[in-house]
Amino acid sequence: MKEVELKMLDRAKALLESGEVARVVGWKKGDFCFDPAPAVFETVEELDGFVYDWFCGANLSKYLIQIAKKEGKTAVFLKPCDTYSFNQLVKEHRIDREKVYVIAVECLAKLDVEKMKAKGVSMIESVEVVDKEVRVKTAYGEETLSKPEVILTKCETCQKTHQAKDEEIIVHERPERDVNRFAEVEKLEAMTEDERFAFWRNELSKCIRCNACRNVCPACSCVKCVFDNPASGIAAKANDDKFEEQLFHIIRAFHVAGRCTDCGECSRVCPQNIPLHLLNRKFIKDIDGLYGEFQAGETTEGKTPLTSFTEGDVEPKDVFQGEAK
Amino acid sequence: MYRIAKENLNQLYAKINETMGLFIPVKRAGEVNYAVWGEGKEVSLETLKTVKSPKNMFFPQTENMMKFKTDGKNIEVIDVREQWDERRPFVMFGVKACDYKAIEVLDKVFLGDPVDSYYKMRREATTIVTLACSRPEESCFCGVFGIDATAPQGDVTTWLDAEYLYWQANTEKGEALTEKVQDLLEAGGETEVEAQQTATKTVMEKLPFANLDLSKFKPENLNELFDSKEWESMSEACLGCGTCTFVCPTCQCFDIRDFKTNEGVIRYRCWDSCMYSDFTLMAHGNSRTTQMQRFRQRFMHKLVYYPSQYDGTYSCVGCGRCVNKCPQNLNIVKVIKTLGGKDND
Amino acid sequence: MQDVTTEKKEFTPNIVAFCCNWCSYAGADLAGSSRLTYPANVKIIRVPCSCRVNPMFVLKAFQRGADGVILCGCHPGDCHYVTGNYYTRRRMALLYSFLNYMGIEKERTRVEWVSAAEGARFASVMNDFVKTVTELGENKRLTDLRVKEGE
Repeated sequence: MKEVELKMLDRAKALLESGEVARVVGWKKGDFCFDPAPAVFETVEELDGFVYDWFCGANLSKYLIQIAKKEGKTAVFLKPCDTYSFNQLVKEHRIDREKVYVIAVECLAKLDVEKMKAKGVSMIESVEVVDKEVRVKTAYGEETLSKPEVILTKCETCQKTHQAKDEEIIVHERPERDVNRFAEVEKLEAMTEDERFAFWRNELSKCIRCNACRNVCPACSCVKCVFDNPASGIAAKANDDKFEEQLFHIIRAFHVAGRCTDCGECSRVCPQNIPLHLLNRKFIKDIDGLYGEFQAGETTEGKTPLTSFTEGDVEPKDVFQGEAK
Repeated sequence: MYRIAKENLNQLYAKINETMGLFIPVKRAGEVNYAVWGEGKEVSLETLKTVKSPKNMFFPQTENMMKFKTDGKNIEVIDVREQWDERRPFVMFGVKACDYKAIEVLDKVFLGDPVDSYYKMRREATTIVTLACSRPEESCFCGVFGIDATAPQGDVTTWLDAEYLYWQANTEKGEALTEKVQDLLEAGGETEVEAQQTATKTVMEKLPFANLDLSKFKPENLNELFDSKEWESMSEACLGCGTCTFVCPTCQCFDIRDFKTNEGVIRYRCWDSCMYSDFTLMAHGNSRTTQMQRFRQRFMHKLVYYPSQYDGTYSCVGCGRCVNKCPQNLNIVKVIKTLGGKDND
Repeated sequence: MQDVTTEKKEFTPNIVAFCCNWCSYAGADLAGSSRLTYPANVKIIRVPCSCRVNPMFVLKAFQRGADGVILCGCHPGDCHYVTGNYYTRRRMALLYSFLNYMGIEKERTRVEWVSAAEGARFASVMNDFVKTVTELGENKRLTDLRVKEGE
């Protein structure tokens, strides 16, 4: 990953120096080796803190809604999954494509420090990834973890490729893999109604309504969210009743249906680790099954499944009988 | 000092639960949070940091304040405090040193004038059993605020090792609780506790945030800090979610709202977050219109406004929850490092 | 021995029916003027087009105590606004499937197309839906307990 970072840094420097772009959006070093934060770099000096490592999981595309409005061109580093969100935002006219210079960067899955800590690793000092091994140095000693077990949930089933790029930085070829991203959804579908209800009740009861899932979501780009609008009649800041959690998550999932690119940020940011991506994936799976395969963010044009129709669409009652197929 | 074997802890919980409620870290759907104990619940004392702090025992995320029942032109006001069963005594078990200190921070707000009777009623009915830390992690920095994680205060202090839970009563309330569970306790443990404390302290000294410099955060520097140019870049990546405020043990802001039922209205309060765009929304609009201003408000309150109101006590206790949970890895440590003083470099 | 009578309150569900102004609402009208009966616990909410129904309406109805929600519009192809109900069809197919995914009984939600000429169909659809929901019992999974406080 270090050689990728150096290449990125070179490009960022060159772009800023030549004045081709006014700023670069990337990640900057944190206090540890595992907490880089999204950042905007406007000068070459600021690039001292630049970093691209195994923990740069954050999707930078949503920041562009605000940042790209500024004067001049903005360069941004986007991982494969981020480019879908970017395209979707361009499609919805939230970002002016002309004002952004996209540098597509490689990603061989990002690590989830919470999963590492859950394996008993704490006081992490440095992390090195060699093939499928994660070698961790801690104050308590050295440990080796299996990489597939500690990558972000969103990376587990990712097969995405760059959909938007003005240039590309790829050093390592990503190995091909065959995964079914709907496996978890299918598992839930196979349960009885009661079991499904119990599953979601248990998970959603942890929700603290911090709105992190909404605020990080690139598809949630409304200027004023209906849940923040006191005039909407449903604005609520906390869970007063279990209904509130359900209402929030159902409506949120529905609002992004057909536009959700499955970037998985919602699950990454949830402080209570609620598998929120399983809500969105149900919609994706249903849409694929009922109206033909559709991947939001693949292009910047065309209609989404919920803004189009065919005369022969399936009737809602048949969706029930066939369990969504 | 007393001790109780780890395998007997469930008996201890059951014994306490006979006469009092028990509020304890419980694992649910993979995450550990404080909850009311019951037979069969998976208690996890070993968890260093519950996702939410125990503050919701006294200051729940939502609580009904009063109800209005309407019947034609008559409105009946119902004081919900009269129906409370939470008045029964409660034991809050396993509170870490930082969270205990946080309760003191909240006490100053809620028990000072004007007294918050909702908070007070619960606070007074609760016996707090604290638990010393033995395996702090990199995000901990309670020492910076003068907290000794190996010897928390509280009505009873406990220590946990591989075999035993050690028990020491500190107050009258603590003595009363000890008496109730006396049958399950046996004397001993001083040497083990001391050994654990020494071992933990060596680790604490090596924590990466052990020496944060707070010297700049003084009331007299208020304007200088407020006007700092750094806020802009520090808050750039802030999503404006409420994670930091809702996992924070000292955040105390709330909103009061009405909910219409079929029969009338419920007036409730719920946690609010200064990170939200509708925080302190008034008829004229909002006093803070950008995320930078909201971000600044949160940290200025923790490190400058609160201390200037309450004799220099910071309203951060260094629990590190925001360090772990911020989706984009922004947190109070980064603010302290940037603005706190020259020893931070 | 004393005669013990167990007083059992019969369950009558609250049904919310969203009906489009041009077809289904007129269908309900026709049912009425033809003196066909359908249960009085069906509360009709008139909407300009079935497409006007936001998923939030459905959830709000459940929140405030509905036991079943039915959405009626013009037959596909007959929409007064040409294509409105085609969108409704996709939207509701996805929403209802999703609610079921979250464990909400699928029988509580329904979409039916009823034209202005189908008074008899309107009555039979409502009778059938009320029967189904009555058998299912009270909606406990998607309701806000605070709403019913004090009842």
